[in-house]
Amino acid sequence: MSAWLGERTIKYEAELDKKFGREMLEKHALESIHNCIQCGTCSGTCPVSPYMDYTPRRIIAMTRAGFKQEVLNSFTMWLCASCYSCTVDCPKEIKITELMYWLKQQAIKEKTYPRRFLTPALAKSFYSIVKKFGRNNEGLLIFMMYMRTNPFKMIKQSKLGLKLLSKGRLGLGIEQIKRKEELKPLLELVEKVD
Amino acid sequence: MSYLYYPGCSLKSTGIGYEESILQVFKTLHTPLEELDDWNCCGATAYMAVDELKAYALASRNLALAEKQCPDDPVVDVVAPCAACFLVLYKTQQYLAKKNGKDLQIKQALKDVGLPYKGKVRIRHPLDVLLNDIGLEKIKNHVKQPLKGLRVASYYGCQMLRPYATFDNPDNPQSMDQLIEAMGGEVIDWPLKTRCCGASLTGTVEEVGLRLSYILLKEAENRGADVIATACPLCQFNLECYQDRMSQLYHDKVNMPVVYFSQLMGMAFGSTQKDLGLQRLFVPLEPALAAK
Repeated sequence: MSAWLGERTIKYEAELDKKFGREMLEKHALESIHNCIQCGTCSGTCPVSPYMDYTPRRIIAMTRAGFKQEVLNSFTMWLCASCYSCTVDCPKEIKITELMYWLKQQAIKEKTYPRRFLTPALAKSFYSIVKKFGRNNEGLLIFMMYMRTNPFKMIKQSKLGLKLLSKGRLGLGIEQIKRKEELKPLLELVEKVD
Repeated sequence: MSYLYYPGCSLKSTGIGYEESILQVFKTLHTPLEELDDWNCCGATAYMAVDELKAYALASRNLALAEKQCPDDPVVDVVAPCAACFLVLYKTQQYLAKKNGKDLQIKQALKDVGLPYKGKVRIRHPLDVLLNDIGLEKIKNHVKQPLKGLRVASYYGCQMLRPYATFDNPDNPQSMDQLIEAMGGEVIDWPLKTRCCGASLTGTVEEVGLRLSYILLKEAENRGADVIATACPLCQFNLECYQDRMSQLYHDKVNMPVVYFSQLMGMAFGSTQKDLGLQRLFVPLEPALAAK
């Protein structure tokens, strides 16, 4: 709003969440973002940066400075397709893709993503299917994702679904693993770590 | 030497043509692939990939299963054709090989369910095995119907070579190009070999995902490609299955066949269309072939 009116938004040092940047660095081995020289190679090489509200370079600067609210409410990490172009090209070897993964998880945790937004629903549906069957089922995954968000959108997709079905590219049966008991302690590891 | 094969979810549904053709090609080359028994999902998703331990716990069972299936082999090669599975399994293998204490939690959990993991597994991409183990000379000997004059855009996508380039140059990869040329095809020069197809964005943020795929299709068309060859089920799906939608959205007819590199190889080897899953394509390859 204030941006529309041409007002300047100033954030005072005291309003920043310094812990946000630091906590992550220690816990997730992303200390390297402090080495960022703000060259912008990541933003230049990123195929989706033109669609982002903040480019990867800005996200790095804002994250380490403690702009927690701005970063977690941004659309940037939801557009990251994990293509690793930035990670490979970064002259300071910062694992930018991993940073985006971490920001996605934080945004899910703090519920700062847009309502009915598909990506977190996709991640959650995926996990519950794998937990139950040991394998993913693409058809069921898409069905669950839309049920969680916008069931009406599914109608738009039904044409594609039917075409896949007619080509034998969408299994109706659900594949399951035989020895699910072997998966249990590993899934517990997944759930335990936060 | 035998190879285990890890299909993952896509090669059993939307990418079934990849499975059919890759198995057929390896069979022709007398290097059969044996499916990993009772494999589970690799866990490739944003939600789990955040934390290393989380991401690798699920995938690790597959490595232990591979060792169990080949107890006498000093090295067990697991072939993962899906780029996402390949990356997750490769990362897991590296993580468990580090022996920095972090791996112990996972190894203990595996041991508790009777799946001790020693660390003999190598994760391989089929392009790597074809080129570096089997070799171009042997492959050329099996070519019966060369892909004469077929102009192919070889598309590698992202995760096969990024962030870990295990067997090819990540900026200008050549492995698929070499295979296609060995099949008698003509590889077009194009700079988008490893540019992102949009991955799961086509399903979640459609406007952006479709645009990324559209850019690839148009560039291939402008450079005179008859067909795009892929090596990842998601790339193939994104580039092929949304072409109707793109034509509507961008008011521009998009009609470009997109196949798996293994389907092209199988054709050159003289396998039937059905053995290679070519009847499953949305955009048929025949018109491009007939024009030659």
